[in-house]
Amino acid sequence: MDRPTVVFVGNPNTGKSTLFNHLTNANAQVSNYPGTTVGHAVGELSLPHLGPVRCVDVPGTYSLAARSADERVALEAVLGLGDRPLPDVLVVLLDAPRLARSLYLALQLLELQVPIVFALNMMDEAEAAGQVPDADVLADELGAPVVPMVARRGLGADALLQALEQTLRGEHPAPGPPHRFSEPLRQDAEAALAALPAEMRPPGLPGARAVALGLWVLLSLDDDDALADLELDRSLLATIREQARSSGRDLVSEIVGQRYAWIDAHVSALYGGPLRLQHAVQDRIDRVVLHPISGGLLFALVMFVVFQALFTWSAPLVDGIDASFGWLAGLVAPGFEAVAGSLAGPPRTLVETLGDLVVEGLIGGVGAVLVFIPQIALLFLFIALLEGSGYLARAAYLMDRVLRLAGLPGQAFVPLLSGYACAVPAILATRTMPRWRDRLLTMMVLPLTSCSARLPVYTLLVAALFPPKIEGFPLPVQATALFAMYVFSTVVTVLAAVVLGGTVLAERPVPAMLELPPYRVPHLPTVLRSVRGAVSTFVREAGQVILFATVALWALLSFPRHAPEDLLAPEVIAEAVASGADLEALARPLALERSAGGYLGHLIEPVIAPLGYDWKIGVGLIGSFAAREVFVSTMGLVYGISEEVGSDDLSLHEKLRAERRADGSPTYTPLTGISIMVFFALAMQCLSTLAVLRRETAGWRWPAFITVYMFALAWCLSFLIYQGGRALGFE
Amino acid sequence: MTLDQLAPGQTAIIREVGGTGVFRRRLLELGLLPGTRVLRTGQAPLGDPLSFRVRGTLLSIRSADASLVEVIA
Repeated sequence: MDRPTVVFVGNPNTGKSTLFNHLTNANAQVSNYPGTTVGHAVGELSLPHLGPVRCVDVPGTYSLAARSADERVALEAVLGLGDRPLPDVLVVLLDAPRLARSLYLALQLLELQVPIVFALNMMDEAEAAGQVPDADVLADELGAPVVPMVARRGLGADALLQALEQTLRGEHPAPGPPHRFSEPLRQDAEAALAALPAEMRPPGLPGARAVALGLWVLLSLDDDDALADLELDRSLLATIREQARSSGRDLVSEIVGQRYAWIDAHVSALYGGPLRLQHAVQDRIDRVVLHPISGGLLFALVMFVVFQALFTWSAPLVDGIDASFGWLAGLVAPGFEAVAGSLAGPPRTLVETLGDLVVEGLIGGVGAVLVFIPQIALLFLFIALLEGSGYLARAAYLMDRVLRLAGLPGQAFVPLLSGYACAVPAILATRTMPRWRDRLLTMMVLPLTSCSARLPVYTLLVAALFPPKIEGFPLPVQATALFAMYVFSTVVTVLAAVVLGGTVLAERPVPAMLELPPYRVPHLPTVLRSVRGAVSTFVREAGQVILFATVALWALLSFPRHAPEDLLAPEVIAEAVASGADLEALARPLALERSAGGYLGHLIEPVIAPLGYDWKIGVGLIGSFAAREVFVSTMGLVYGISEEVGSDDLSLHEKLRAERRADGSPTYTPLTGISIMVFFALAMQCLSTLAVLRRETAGWRWPAFITVYMFALAWCLSFLIYQGGRALGFE
Repeated sequence: MTLDQLAPGQTAIIREVGGTGVFRRRLLELGLLPGTRVLRTGQAPLGDPLSFRVRGTLLSIRSADASLVEVIA
């Protein structure tokens, strides 16, 4: 027999992940459902008698019948639709202090008539609030085992395993719903079932489950975009709704109302008295945390720390990774050189090429993947801590009004802020946004935020081309120019969100409701699982693309290969040999020019010439696909200085200022500098970002769209600035 | 009156949930049904969204959305 499958279902913020984590000993694999962007965890637990059981953690949800992809995944996992196995038991989380909310989902699940074990979690909070529900009474009412738990301390875990085992052995038959829908509604539900495609309507569906699925169809599938791919008989649904309306019935109110009617009739008895609305402790904390002044200061402080961690604290770790890969390269390279030195002719070239592939391509490529890990880990550490404490939702609440200017909800704030450090972790951080449309819109504009890789490019151009002072301008010119680039990036990000949100992702408004969960101490194992999950999915699913792209880019700039003797004039070689200069270094700019990348730079010159760029800048643009700051070292190569050049390298500044066009005018003027900076601010020049976008949007379609719109924007604005500036007489 | 007009600390009973489609369904499923008691707790520093306690849960709702819910104070 196959191992039994247990699916964990529950509202958000009910400790579901904590329980799952505890029971599976954190051995879960986090991944996407096939073909979707919804993450889920699969793990294993061991029962005393039955042995190993497969556990699936689906996204937290308030209802099976709503609009999002998350809820669809939850439903399919629960019903065993598509290629997902039918679960043998559901573990349904109930929030002890807030039973009314979690019972709504519980009733929907009971309607499906599948075996269920209820985990009545957060009993400690219920006790602290003096409102403890009676688990035995609840078990009688629901017809299924109810296990009181404090999952974060592992309390009740053994009883839950025992209940699971009993249920798997068939000692607790699948319960039915305690409530009964009115007869007209049942008939409508059965009629609505016919609107579903056959594969979602397994033959021999038991009567009650047929009603449940029919109600789901009536409640969820109207003009639902998340489910637009389902082939539904929409006219049948419209007819059923219209018939109900003509007899004065509103199906949505009836379905939801009849469930809550049962809840309202039973909740007070479960608690042994009516529930209080106030929650003294939580409300008192909120008065400080959400206060206009103290709350604003706290928010600024928290966000400062998060940003500081990404921007500054991650630097030593990133440098450490860089250094260790440099060390590794330094370790391997002499080996290849020694072997190559002992050979001659084609074998020698082959070994040299192989050595370069390993040292610069592969080791560099793996380094290019791993270098993102510190920022991803730090960002997810903070997000998980903020989420676990209840503050993340409040940060969204505080920022909602501000982000509405960009047509985004408050949850977009943390990802957008992170984008100013690096778009890669920031895009991963959009997973905290519940609505797909908002998440996609945030991902579409995130690459426009001024990430730290742009800074070296700006610094180089500003320092080389802008005067420190201009007469009549009171501020330091260079610092002002840098600041202006950040303002520019922010304005463009907001405008892009407004435009894209109103066109490509236009939609009818949806209520932006958000639960502000109770304050809690974050549960460390759950926090760590979140960090580990983010890092491992990045490495596994975006890492390959980044590695491949880095190697391809290296090959582009290194092939075809030329020996220095073929590139340099004989008299130059003679002079170099006489003075002991490094031939290879002398030949490097020429080798680059004759590489495929150099050829490509020439090829795109007509396209970028109207922006004020020559082919050398073109090569720099191509090189910067690996990461924008690579522009600086590529320019160092182009101008024959060295690869190790920094943006504050004076000799590179000199070279740039000395560069002349065919007509003798300088190539690099302040106007060219602005044009290049604007191009870097707007263009999609980051393969790693594309790799992560592909992973998070489950395909190349959106990354392709984002690349096209960003390059179009970059070219047009740089063109306007350069040509407009020249027409106005600037240079 | 409507939900957004409640003063902080004021309690009311929901009379009717307006709006259409997904919007209305979402409010209903979160338990904002006719007859439900609601407590207005506060608001974000910029005046919007507003926060309410319903059925033991604290919810943030934009005032434009809240104005579609009719209540009896």
